[in-house]
Amino acid sequence: MLRQLEGSRAIAETVALCRPEVVCAYPISPQTHIIEAIGRMVKDGSLAPCEFINVESEFAAMSVSIGASAAGARAYTATASQGLLFMIEAVYNAAGLGLPIVMTLANRAIGAPINIWNDHSDAMAVRDTGWIQLFAETNQEAADLHVQAFRLAEELSVPVMVCMDGFILTHAVEGVDLLDQATVDRFLPPYEPRQVLDPDDPVSIGAMVGPEAFEEVRYLAHLRQLDALDQIPVIADAFAELTGRASGGLVHPYRTADADTIVVAMGSVLGTIKDAVDRRREAGDRVGVLGITSFRPFPIAAVRRALSGARRVVVIEKAFSLGMGGVLATDVSMATLGSTAVLSTVVAGLGGRPIPRRSVEETIERAGRDQLTPLSFLDLDDGIIERERGRMARTRRSGPFAENVLRDLRQAKEGRP
Amino acid sequence: MFQVRIHGRGGQGVVTAAELLAVAAFNEGRHAQAFPSFGSERTGAPVVSYCRIDDREIRTREPVMAPDAVIVQDVTLIHQVDLFGGLGPDGYVLINTSRRIAELGLDDLDERFRPERLATCPATELAIEHVGRAVPNAALLGAFAALADQVPLEAIGVALRDRFGGVVGEQNFAAATAAFEHVTRGREAITRAATT
Repeated sequence: MLRQLEGSRAIAETVALCRPEVVCAYPISPQTHIIEAIGRMVKDGSLAPCEFINVESEFAAMSVSIGASAAGARAYTATASQGLLFMIEAVYNAAGLGLPIVMTLANRAIGAPINIWNDHSDAMAVRDTGWIQLFAETNQEAADLHVQAFRLAEELSVPVMVCMDGFILTHAVEGVDLLDQATVDRFLPPYEPRQVLDPDDPVSIGAMVGPEAFEEVRYLAHLRQLDALDQIPVIADAFAELTGRASGGLVHPYRTADADTIVVAMGSVLGTIKDAVDRRREAGDRVGVLGITSFRPFPIAAVRRALSGARRVVVIEKAFSLGMGGVLATDVSMATLGSTAVLSTVVAGLGGRPIPRRSVEETIERAGRDQLTPLSFLDLDDGIIERERGRMARTRRSGPFAENVLRDLRQAKEGRP
Repeated sequence: MFQVRIHGRGGQGVVTAAELLAVAAFNEGRHAQAFPSFGSERTGAPVVSYCRIDDREIRTREPVMAPDAVIVQDVTLIHQVDLFGGLGPDGYVLINTSRRIAELGLDDLDERFRPERLATCPATELAIEHVGRAVPNAALLGAFAALADQVPLEAIGVALRDRFGGVVGEQNFAAATAAFEHVTRGREAITRAATT
């Protein structure tokens, strides 16, 4: 039923429809509303049978999820930012052991400087852990991706992370068409584990593997990720057949067919970019946008197909690798190898910095005039950078960036002396 | 698209107001999107929330930078925050106060905006009278329904009853209705003054 509700609420209700048997999470903004809502549903009996386990940290949350999943329970958790980093050893373990846990990542920046707002630094920090990472454009897609995530995870015995922009999606109230229990049950069969700790049929999970087989075990895990490249579209098609909605899949192309400039991005910013693309189209620019839904596994072939006609590819991404540049853009460059398309990275939206449609339009215009540099930062305040670089050059004990920049901003507001 | 920005302080239901407005618009068959300004929310700290209403799908995720209407839940913000930034000359202004605009130290508002699109409403007093709590958001939504013709009072009522339920829902709707009537009377007075 189509309802107007908060993104977090939509996720909580959808996860409940997926009949998780163990939910274990530790609260952290902007994930908190999801977990609070699920906790209430377990407590009032509307989500049953399900055990909600309170723990003292994210490390414990993922560890309990691992134990629950290995014992044959459908397990769910959610986190963000520093919470994800705190559980990272267990995040690797969940994937290495091949346990089909589903986790919501309410994307948020990573400190220092401490920042509670949205960007994709947390997701990028765990891109090599072996988890499947799916990015949602809207709250509708975020909700739908959770149902698909459980089916994908359990089919392949691999954990799946659904990434949704913290605050921008989790705290937005918009229309979401929630599935009913019968539809979810038709789509998502009861969990049938590929491996399980069963006292009647004892096995061990988590053997030490030495040089004689470690490479083979890792390669098998890689092959399973490649299997996911086949499974993700199959599952999205089955979901579309059942619901009529085009949620999920590997990529979402928009007006790319005849485009000579294509913007590539992930997550909720795609909506703003589509509005910018429509306006540039009205002005006569041949521009489109390619949304990446599956970041891990990365759909090189699908991206290559979508970008094949483009002369310019502009990757707008909410994270970057210090001292190097774009993270998503580096992956996209694997898909444009051998093509003559010019690839530019625009880092945007760090730590919750708004990404205005106007700025995206200007970026597209500059790309069209071939004026984009290989790496640029959207709406960067060059004055702040110059003044701090000046202070560093003049003074040995120039102090920390964060405090200096905040002082600089205050002075600018009050009228610089 | 019609875009609303709501300014207030933590504890005044600023975020809830935007949500309720979005629900009311949704119940009228329109597309709506509400979201907060995502600060670290603390009681008394300045808070901003946004609501977009449109007849087609709303895709943008940028903050509302050029609102069509600004609702001020707390007049003590007037000299602290750029309340009317980005609001065009045809924009709507609704301020929670029992005083007149001229008494707020905002003399230029009359010149910047159209008088029939400016309104004040003693929303806190109405909330205390009808709900028993100094939370002005429901009353202001009623006042907004009278000022901007975007969402009917009845739809605000459905959203309030759905959110608060029972007696509290009715009390909030009573506050909204009183505020609606207050602003309607004010607009009628302006219309009469303009035609005589």
